[in-house]
Amino acid sequence: MSIQFPKPDPSILARREAIVAGLAALVAPDSLITAEDERRAFETDALTAYRRIPLAVVLPRSTEELSAVMAFLHKEGVNVVARGAGTSLAGGAIPQEDAVVVGVAKMARVLDIDYANRTIRVQSGVTNLSISDAVAAERFFYAPDPSSQLACTIAGNIGMNSGGAHCLKYGVTTNNVLGVKLVLVDGTLVEIGGPYLDSPGLDLLGLVVGSEGQLGVVAEATLRILPMPEDARPVLFGFPTSEAAGGCVAAIIAAGIVPVAIEFMDKLAIEICEDFAHAGYPLDVGALLIIESEGSPAEIDAELAKIIAIAKDYGVTAIKESKSAMETAAIWKGRKSAFGATGRVADYICMDGVIPTGKLPQVLHRLNEIVAELGLRVANVFHAGDGNLHPLVLYNINDPIEQAKAEKAGEEILKLCVEVGGCLTGEHGVGIEKRDLMPFQFSPVDLAQQMRVRAAFDPAWRLNPAKVFPLEGRVAA
Amino acid sequence: MNSVSPRTEAETVEAVTAARAARRPLRIEGGGSRADLGRPVEAETRLSTRGLTGITLYEPRELVISARAGTPLAEIEAALKENNQALPFEPMDHRALYGTQGEPTLGGIAACNISGPRRISAGAARDLLIGLRFVNGRGEIVKTGGRVMKNVTGLDLVKLLCGSHGTLAVITEATFKVLPHPAFAGTLALYGLADGKAVAALCAALGTPLSVSAAAHLPAGLATPEPLTLFRFEGPQASVDERLSVLRRTLVPFEQGEALAPDYAGALWRAIRNVVPLVSPPEAAVWRISVQPTRAPKLVDLLLKQIAVRYYYDWGGGLVWLAVAATGDAGAAAIRAALAQAGNGQTIGHATLVRAPDDLRRNVDVFEPLAAPLLKLTKDIKASFDPDGILNPGRMYPGI
Repeated sequence: MSIQFPKPDPSILARREAIVAGLAALVAPDSLITAEDERRAFETDALTAYRRIPLAVVLPRSTEELSAVMAFLHKEGVNVVARGAGTSLAGGAIPQEDAVVVGVAKMARVLDIDYANRTIRVQSGVTNLSISDAVAAERFFYAPDPSSQLACTIAGNIGMNSGGAHCLKYGVTTNNVLGVKLVLVDGTLVEIGGPYLDSPGLDLLGLVVGSEGQLGVVAEATLRILPMPEDARPVLFGFPTSEAAGGCVAAIIAAGIVPVAIEFMDKLAIEICEDFAHAGYPLDVGALLIIESEGSPAEIDAELAKIIAIAKDYGVTAIKESKSAMETAAIWKGRKSAFGATGRVADYICMDGVIPTGKLPQVLHRLNEIVAELGLRVANVFHAGDGNLHPLVLYNINDPIEQAKAEKAGEEILKLCVEVGGCLTGEHGVGIEKRDLMPFQFSPVDLAQQMRVRAAFDPAWRLNPAKVFPLEGRVAA
Repeated sequence: MNSVSPRTEAETVEAVTAARAARRPLRIEGGGSRADLGRPVEAETRLSTRGLTGITLYEPRELVISARAGTPLAEIEAALKENNQALPFEPMDHRALYGTQGEPTLGGIAACNISGPRRISAGAARDLLIGLRFVNGRGEIVKTGGRVMKNVTGLDLVKLLCGSHGTLAVITEATFKVLPHPAFAGTLALYGLADGKAVAALCAALGTPLSVSAAAHLPAGLATPEPLTLFRFEGPQASVDERLSVLRRTLVPFEQGEALAPDYAGALWRAIRNVVPLVSPPEAAVWRISVQPTRAPKLVDLLLKQIAVRYYYDWGGGLVWLAVAATGDAGAAAIRAALAQAGNGQTIGHATLVRAPDDLRRNVDVFEPLAAPLLKLTKDIKASFDPDGILNPGRMYPGI
């Protein structure tokens, strides 16, 4: 199995020079990338097995420039692939030969911080982490924290409705965005929501978040910032088996305890991350939970005491509380560098399925079987509290047979997630990676309704057209 | 009015298909407790979801509940209570405000995105709604979202449907995330603060790490002779007591505070949630204004200079409930002009006319008017669900 791209439109390729010249008239020279070796830097994202060199890359400096670029490309009938930092694991930012990449990397200013109202307004190219950094001195933070937060942009977070380790308590991007300025396919700038709750009319904001660059390009965003908790303390819990750890997660949630984060790593993931980050993870266990509790020291003590009691019921063999801010940072560094650290060991595909938390032990068991039957290895690292799995299936990218097996394993795992009542993707998005699996989760009628809504924004399918919806059977308004 | 009350999703499809074939618009209704929320619907047949009842899935261990749209909220809450759980967004009950008798339903809450005071800390109905089944205006059964907490698979039609007031589809089943019911609630009250100072205190409290779960301010004469500023904490009692006393010390620059008796405070929060302070006189029009909190006092001040209003603040100042005489345009022009003026060129909020006689709601923009490109998108989205305009036509905007 390999993922197909639509055939490039020869009439667009033939007009490349005129299109580039038109763009050159709209933006500064350093905002337009045309040389082939420089365009190559934009040929893929974090789904590196697939790549296409775009027609051109344009990086507007302002909302007005972005709007003008979009209007021009619309007039010329050119496809647009929006791009933040290019960290999509689902291939959401992979271009096509006949598309122009419109990136927001040069729109990266914080525009306004309002502590009294607990909001921040930013250009969409700011990185996720820099938002929290901008408000840290006043002890505020921006809650969604995807592992790629050092690099990924808020534009990409909005495009994919990104989550992170702490969304068990704080929700994902859609729960933390109050408004956007969105450039529509024809260049029209619209303002949806703002520094207040619940935008008027239909919830277009909720629709735009997670729309994978198919409804428009986000230029600015107003986000909710939150006061930092008084204190936060991660604790490592080592278990003999993955199943025991999975059972413990389900029991914690069932007991009515919702810690700010419950992260899971299996033996292979622990070894890979510990080797990279030296976080102090126990190596003599079959699976590890990182459970973070926050509040006042007394509140943390009380919550952790309950969690420890449950963990003992599930045969916990190692418990290690963070004793300092440095230890806390190391614990999280290890977890958040899991994908990068794995990349040093082997090529991998990272799945993102979600399952009901009660099915964790059963799914972990079956998932390991699926991978073993194909003769591959899997490192499991995921957000266990909300059932969001990230199995990393290891393979060798230069071995086409192994790549096909890895993709097969990924497909089987995602079908398993849907079968037990879950979904294909919890926070990475569909992109091209899961596009062709959509019919496993949705009926043709379900998909057609989504596509008609999409077409209300982009009737000609110009925006990120190769993604999300299977290439066959597409419908317009 | 003719009425049809399907008992299954298949019967819902039949009813919608028949209405479409006959070009006979339907007025979609759950328990009818919010029938006057929105513009008057231009339809002579009512489709009631009251026959679609029953909890279809409840997994307390996974914090998730699904029920058919017409299931009474009371039934949902009773089931949750048995497991010490609750809908986190504390949905408002509109019966006092409208003087209606019906049973609020889960589908109605989803369709109208109904939240309450805890919206500022736990999110709105739209934030906790994770899955829907619905019948669109083409008579098709569609599902979106699911039963898991995180789901970015495809377009988020759950959000789009939530708060669409029945204009896009007939919701047949809704799935919500639930949370443990807070073990204890404590409320700190400050007395005598003028609006500006009160909202500043609310904002200050919400900017602390003390996890204030609700924050409201009632001017003099609404609940108590003096102005009353309220801060609610929820959780284990030891934690609530500790946080309440820390906030009390923090707020000394504003006023000495006192902790209220839990029963009294509980009743106050229910009244705030259900807009009880503005129920009388029943002929007054009532507005709901979502606004940037720190600008709310300015907005009210601008209005007080022009029209007689009674009002209070919820959501830490971010929600202003306002009662005005139901004459002329019920203050619509004045309120929207004041919003623009208080925003000083920025859009800082929006106003919804929640209670007014039919005629007024037909002639005044009940929901904030949309900019032209957004109105066009809204119309096109409506057509993508309901091409013949048979579902709640005119509920949100003329023709929509």
